[in-house]
Amino acid sequence: MNGYVYYPGCSLKGNSKHYEESILPIFKEIGMPLEELGDWNCCGATAYFSVDDTMAAAICGRNLSLAEKINKDIIAPCAGCFLTLKKSNKFLHGQSAKAQKILAALEKAGCGYNGKVDVKHPLEVLTQADILEKIKSRVTRKLTGLRVACYYGCQLVRPFTDFDDPDYPMSLDRLMAAVGAEPVEFSGKTRCCGGSLTGTIEEVGLRLNYILLKEAKRKSADVISTICPLCQFNLEILQNKIVKKYKENITMPILFFSQLIGLAMGLPKQDLGFSRSIINLQPMWEKIGNGGRP
Amino acid sequence: MEIQRKVKYEEELDKQFLDVIKQMSGSEEIDRCIQCGTCSSSCPMSVYMDYPPRKIISMVKNGFKDEALRSFTIWLCPSCYTCQVRCPSNIKITDVMYALKRKAIEEHVYPSRFAIPVLDKEMSKIIGRKGRNSELWLILNLYLKSRNPLGLLKMAPMGLKLMKTGRMSLKKESIKDKRQLQTLLMALKEGQR
Repeated sequence: MNGYVYYPGCSLKGNSKHYEESILPIFKEIGMPLEELGDWNCCGATAYFSVDDTMAAAICGRNLSLAEKINKDIIAPCAGCFLTLKKSNKFLHGQSAKAQKILAALEKAGCGYNGKVDVKHPLEVLTQADILEKIKSRVTRKLTGLRVACYYGCQLVRPFTDFDDPDYPMSLDRLMAAVGAEPVEFSGKTRCCGGSLTGTIEEVGLRLNYILLKEAKRKSADVISTICPLCQFNLEILQNKIVKKYKENITMPILFFSQLIGLAMGLPKQDLGFSRSIINLQPMWEKIGNGGRP
Repeated sequence: MEIQRKVKYEEELDKQFLDVIKQMSGSEEIDRCIQCGTCSSSCPMSVYMDYPPRKIISMVKNGFKDEALRSFTIWLCPSCYTCQVRCPSNIKITDVMYALKRKAIEEHVYPSRFAIPVLDKEMSKIIGRKGRNSELWLILNLYLKSRNPLGLLKMAPMGLKLMKTGRMSLKKESIKDKRQLQTLLMALKEGQR
């Protein structure tokens, strides 16, 4: 395949616009500008696999086919999309009767798939040795003194663990250290945020996210850096309710890793989606110094 | 107090259940379960479950179909795959949970007003029709279908914050080539018959 194409998924066009706003400029800055996959469809997330796994894999197959037609591998920043596309890709590579049936249906619908596309997460790409060096060389505003809890969540590192450890991954920690931040030892880094359960059973959402925020606070992190829209959403939006329920100050900014990387690379602060934060970022700006300007 | 028998007789168990779930989940390893409990102790949700994952696997293995399919456990699985990567017998536990969810929907034994299966079904419906999810409309449907309008009201402050930061839109999203999506889904449906 010849380079990458960007698969946004629903979240990066919806509640996680600031992920898109920060990830695209980074890739542009390192000389790998990303085009958006034309007419992509939703990956189906965990929902479709709970209802109908054949159709779930088929709609992912359509996305893979669209990328194959333009000879590109997929970059999927949402951990949910990343896993769902990767899982379906593996499934379609299998020899099962179901996989054959799906491939035949894709062919019939005019989006046949030959299994040539690879699915990557931006973290995986950005931490490849040569690209990591490139990022390091572009750092103009070191995030010195900023204590970052690197939160990987579930679906980036599990169940397919080709690029990092399923329990205690380190790639994001390395990336954060490369731009001068100080990653804290965060034992909750792959503990589940509850995913979509936070929207359906509030008690669960509050408890799971409280555990994560409390642990980050205990390690005196200034900010949690996430790679997944749903994690970012849950950790941020529930903070008010968690403070009320547990009567502890666990408030802290929840930022996409790309926002912090972009900041360190000297990209204009206003272009990185910081204004979409619901949590007050002022303490963080003060910590970085000079209002976040170089 | 009504006295009920608490133990099942062997003839009441579903002998085919293990094979059905093996086939649906693609996890042939289920009967290699040694009941070590690594799954239950790894699960972030097991404290909320009626049966922890270890018991569910045992139920599948031994034909306790009703209990497994009617459990809340399967719907509480958030697909974090922690149990799956840690299982010493390599059982694809998360995929087993998915298979149980599908079977429960197929046999109409899921808790019908419980928000989780409603969310899964509504989201699949939207995606099947439009190719893309619209967050706001999904949430509206969820609260209407699970008959919990009060819950919707409680969500309002959050919705406002999202609107203010431009993170929620009223637009109904859709792909351009909806016809291709429909052809694809039809072709699969035909194959199923």
